[in-house]
Amino acid sequence: MTTISQPAVPVKSPTRRGSWSRRAPLLPALVITLVLTQIPFALTIWYSLQHWNLLNPGHKGFAGLDNFRTTFGDDTFWKAIKNTVVLTGGATIASMLVGLVLAMLLQKKFPGRGIARTLAITPFFVMPVAVTLFWRSAMFDPSFGLLGWLTDSVGLPRVNWLSEQSMLSIIMITSWRWTPFAMLVLLAGLQALPDDQLEAARVDGANWWQQFRNVVLPHLRPFLELTALLLSMNIIQTFGEIALLTAGGPAFGTTNITYYVYLRAFNSFDFGTASAYGLVTLVLTIALALPALRLLSGIFQKEGRR
Amino acid sequence: MPRTGRRQLITATVVVGTLTAAAACSDPSAGQDASGNTTITVALAANPQMKTAESLISDFEQKNPGIKVKFTTLPENDLRPAVTKDVATKAGQYDVAMIGSYEVPIWAKNGWIVPLDSYVSKDTAWDENDVLQPIKDIVSADGKLYAAPFYGSSSFLFYRKDLAKKAGVTIPQKPTWQQVAAAAAKLDDKKDGVSGICLRGLPGWGQNLASLTTVINTFGGRWFDEKWQPQLTSPATEKAVKFYVDLLRAHGQQDAAKDGWEGCLQQIAQGKTAMWYDDTVFAGSALQEATAQVKNNLGFAMAPVDQTKASGWLWSWGLGITQSSKHKDAAWKFISWATSKEYIKLAGTKAGWDSVPPGSRTSTYSIPQYQSAAKSYADLTLASINAANPKQPTVDPVPYTGVQYVQIPEFTDIGDYVSQQVAGAIAGTQSVQQALKKSQSYTESVVKKAGYLK
Repeated sequence: MTTISQPAVPVKSPTRRGSWSRRAPLLPALVITLVLTQIPFALTIWYSLQHWNLLNPGHKGFAGLDNFRTTFGDDTFWKAIKNTVVLTGGATIASMLVGLVLAMLLQKKFPGRGIARTLAITPFFVMPVAVTLFWRSAMFDPSFGLLGWLTDSVGLPRVNWLSEQSMLSIIMITSWRWTPFAMLVLLAGLQALPDDQLEAARVDGANWWQQFRNVVLPHLRPFLELTALLLSMNIIQTFGEIALLTAGGPAFGTTNITYYVYLRAFNSFDFGTASAYGLVTLVLTIALALPALRLLSGIFQKEGRR
Repeated sequence: MPRTGRRQLITATVVVGTLTAAAACSDPSAGQDASGNTTITVALAANPQMKTAESLISDFEQKNPGIKVKFTTLPENDLRPAVTKDVATKAGQYDVAMIGSYEVPIWAKNGWIVPLDSYVSKDTAWDENDVLQPIKDIVSADGKLYAAPFYGSSSFLFYRKDLAKKAGVTIPQKPTWQQVAAAAAKLDDKKDGVSGICLRGLPGWGQNLASLTTVINTFGGRWFDEKWQPQLTSPATEKAVKFYVDLLRAHGQQDAAKDGWEGCLQQIAQGKTAMWYDDTVFAGSALQEATAQVKNNLGFAMAPVDQTKASGWLWSWGLGITQSSKHKDAAWKFISWATSKEYIKLAGTKAGWDSVPPGSRTSTYSIPQYQSAAKSYADLTLASINAANPKQPTVDPVPYTGVQYVQIPEFTDIGDYVSQQVAGAIAGTQSVQQALKKSQSYTESVVKKAGYLK
């Protein structure tokens, strides 16, 4: 981007040609992306203005803003938004905290570190459906699940995890799956920290907490921001865990937006309102994604200056 | 900076657009001919009996040279959207589709599947009169057969004879819900981790609502009165839902809101519950998966009742020919094979008599090998199917048909909402009254919007 800021009047045409020869190879990818995303997007807008229930073809026709009125008046939709925020926020924070602790531990040199690192990353590579089915019976089950044994051993009563603590359960399994990802990024960040800075801090007499607070954390900040961004972008789309563990219930207690749009479209076959739900979600997500993307580009600029 | 701002906006739109796009896309590939051969595409639900059919297809291809069969086997929940989308948009991907009895009249009305009567009358070997009448009725519309029943089922009670004996409980052949509740209280053994009864608690119109609706029916409740006014807060309905939820909370399986039929099947097979009220088709699977102790002691009884004579539901998975199919004759040949008497014998000998599709034909119940393999549940299955009454499932008259569902396109939407609220009551996050009040107003708004309720 430096070329743009130069006073470029005499060299204008070669620059343009140069930039095009650089950009042209990217064009097919751009075109494919636009075709694959923007045509369905435009169709979604069109559908959202229609009465279109697949099972009831007789009622098809222009609906105006009816579907949007339904969307804003639907308590369940707002509940799904609230659930999405709780789930995304909770799982992101939990994954980052545990991931940071694990990264700090695994950064230290100890025998068997390679094996420990591999094991710590594993959850991320197991298929989500397999993980979910395993957790369902081996972890959450009140009579023979591991969590029941855990609560027993600290003297707490058995918990009906998926019925009574459904949202907590979903947050637990989601953060279990995403913690290794957070750990990987943060570990890379920790390894980029020059040893001499910590050594200097030690020479100056800083204790462990001061080293962490004043040297490690500021260094990790861009990595933490990046992790938070990537995690929340992924966790916001959580679907499989919800579909397999709770079917969005009880009483829509674990229905996030992704699952709710799915229910509207592929259970009720009401494509008109499902499209409207999708669009409202899109606007809300852009409102959230813009500051996040600005943050991301800030991170890269900082990296570039270094 | 405004430059970067705009680019970010575009990027954001593209990124987020990709996410929503996934919902709008449909499957691209369509059925096609191989040179010389006719290839038909068949969409099946991934239930055990259907998987058996898939594994035996070489028998069909041997008998019908020139026809190749391509299967798309999907779990029930994915089959419904995939096939509905295909037929509704006339994409023409499938020649034969497996559809539930709830869909048949709706699809027939929309002209998505063709009547089979002309094929049936020509194909005498298929023997229309051998098909069980109540099952034939629910896969027909306006007196025409629209799907050939692959299997048919009702609901009944599974129970452990050994545990009942130990607790001094007798389960009559036709129990009432009060008797079942009393038995559940006695059989409930928290120390050994055996629950008194397992009932579906998982949200979904085909999950907890199926079991619950049969209870509502027999307690004198109903979904709608004759003028389509929802009756979910009526005293009879409320009593039934309260009964179901209380029974489940007091003596049901733990963490009940997470279990659909899959969870309960597992629990009865592993001896974790003493009773289970569910589909007759699972009798074979339960016996197949059961531990030795459970296997020798599994008894069956008719669906528990309160005010009606019978309360079992009625369901069938049938095979229909899509309107868009270009190979309708070949499609019928496949359907005829998969739902024939010979197929049932073939499946029994090749795959075991527990994996035979039950409840579709009278002749199945006179095969000696099947009689001996299924002696504990075969007669009860037949009796339950014959006792179910989808035209008048309730005490008071209703404007709809269907035992465990309401035969209108909007029911999936209503049913999912209500089942979520009921699951909330089962989990204890809200009271039955709250759940029903919300359900009532939601249902009312949907039937008003759809024009049933003036």
